[in-house]
Amino acid sequence: MITVKNLTFSYDHTTVFQFPDLQCASTEGLLITGSSGKGKTTLLHLLSGLLQPTTGEVTIDSQNIFHLKDSVLDNFRGKNMGLILQKSYFVESLNVLENVEVASWLVSQKKNTSKAKQLLSNLGLEDHWYKLPSELSVGQQQRVNIARALINEPKVILADEPTSSLDDQNAIIVAQLLQDLAKEYQAALLVVTHDQRLKDLFSNQIELS
Amino acid sequence: MIGKIAWKNTWFKPLNTVLSIILLTASVAIITVIILLQKQFEDQFNKTMDNVDLVLGAKGSPLQLVLSSLYQIDAPPGNISYSEAKQWMHHPFVDTAIPLAYGDNYMGYKIVGTTEDYIHKFDGVLAEGKSNEKDFEVVIGANIASNLDLKIGDTFYGSHGDVNAEVHEDHPYTIVGILAPTGQLIDNIIVSNISSVWHIHEHEHDEEMIADDHHHEESDVHDHDHEEEHEHDEGKELTAVLLKLKNNMAKMTWQRMIPQNTNMQAASPALEINRLFALFGVGLQAIQYLAYGIMLISGISIFVALYNTLKERKYEFALLRIHGASKHQLFGMILIESLFLCAIGYIFGMILGRVALYFISLASKEEFRLTFNPFEIVWEKEIWLLTITLGVGVIAALIPAAKAYSLNISKTLAHA
Repeated sequence: MITVKNLTFSYDHTTVFQFPDLQCASTEGLLITGSSGKGKTTLLHLLSGLLQPTTGEVTIDSQNIFHLKDSVLDNFRGKNMGLILQKSYFVESLNVLENVEVASWLVSQKKNTSKAKQLLSNLGLEDHWYKLPSELSVGQQQRVNIARALINEPKVILADEPTSSLDDQNAIIVAQLLQDLAKEYQAALLVVTHDQRLKDLFSNQIELS
Repeated sequence: MIGKIAWKNTWFKPLNTVLSIILLTASVAIITVIILLQKQFEDQFNKTMDNVDLVLGAKGSPLQLVLSSLYQIDAPPGNISYSEAKQWMHHPFVDTAIPLAYGDNYMGYKIVGTTEDYIHKFDGVLAEGKSNEKDFEVVIGANIASNLDLKIGDTFYGSHGDVNAEVHEDHPYTIVGILAPTGQLIDNIIVSNISSVWHIHEHEHDEEMIADDHHHEESDVHDHDHEEEHEHDEGKELTAVLLKLKNNMAKMTWQRMIPQNTNMQAASPALEINRLFALFGVGLQAIQYLAYGIMLISGISIFVALYNTLKERKYEFALLRIHGASKHQLFGMILIESLFLCAIGYIFGMILGRVALYFISLASKEEFRLTFNPFEIVWEKEIWLLTITLGVGVIAALIPAAKAYSLNISKTLAHA
């Protein structure tokens, strides 16, 4: 469950972003759309605590994340938020499996190898555990990202343009997959996108203006 | 896990890593060699001069006198008259006086005419056989026995001067004793009594004076045969006398008194060797600075390597942060990567330095009969070297680590 209230942000006092209040319960999906420059990515960074807002609050599981100190927030983010970014990033020197495991280790100091393998297998990557991320296709890389975002069973899944680099068919598959996973893991799913192809797939939608 | 990531990153771009490690290895190896060489060299030199306060010998360079008489390195500056030397050897200020008469050598090993005190001075103990009592009986050092495969009862002829010079074929030496290894100079010395040396070079008057106990230089003077001795002593020469004095003042004053009043000089080994160390200490110091220079360059190489990859790795850092890594962990990761390199460089350097010392030891054994032990660890200095090496790693990583620490995640991801 994630709640947003009175959220405003400005980079340099000239442009002020004012975001609508919103709420997304566990297992639900919410699509946030808007054309370029409307602050989609800014909103996502605010929701994940990477940016500090000018005013307002973001509450996840009744915890206002802006009340958390730096390193506590880092840990909170790792534990409760699964971020899926537009581009796929990896620790290039680690293989696919290790790239997923590392997210579990960062939160709990324990590598959850069985969970990582299970997630990767569910996403059709069982043959690629020991490859380097650079050896995978873009679509496969995106699925590794998804596996990594889910390994700690987050309360909220935040996806930034998860489908923009994918073809029509894959875009729909990924969008569907995210909603299914949100249900399976009891997570709230927020997708920020300008991808028109996703409009029909989400019942709850907000447009930034 | 942070350590594992750091380790994997270290080897992900092997070229930079290998360069940094090579530089570090080279500098650590050079410094290690210098540390061990200096320590062992000084130890050996100092050990050899134990119980020798002054060396009595012919006038000339005091350093040459000390090197030739104590360390068997240089040629002696000349001979001194036995009758003149004897007055000082029996002086009441003298504790022990070890006379040395160099004559022949055998297969490059010096035959030193001296007394038993000489063997005791080097902690020599007979491993087999007995002490040399009669003329042309010799006790040999452990290395000679093993290198030349000599046994008790073997005989050999000495040759005068350098190898392949004139051989004294009329007087064979007989081995009566072999010393246990001492790790000191005596391992490479053939010890005879003094009269053997005199005898072999006294071609003109072949008198019978063998039975005399000349070489027994105890502090009590044999008054009864003093007269007789004096006659025989004409023309007899010694190469040098190692003196241990009872009187501390004499250690100072004799260095001035002896050359003023006699044809001899008295050199202080401590003084001369200190001067020698100071001399090549300058050279060692220079090499050491060079090695630290190389270490500085390797530090810069690590810095450049880390700094250069920062740009491509900032997404990796951002990624770790959004999955729960703290700023401190990123800082630590960069630091660990640098420390890995330094630790590897240090270990390789320590090993390489010792391998180098082993070969140096082989070479110096051939040439100067000096050996070095590559397995000795000079804890204090080597831990200091490790500290410096790791310090270089920390300093090299500081700026890149600080950059990773203060990375703006939002900005990094937004401008991807």
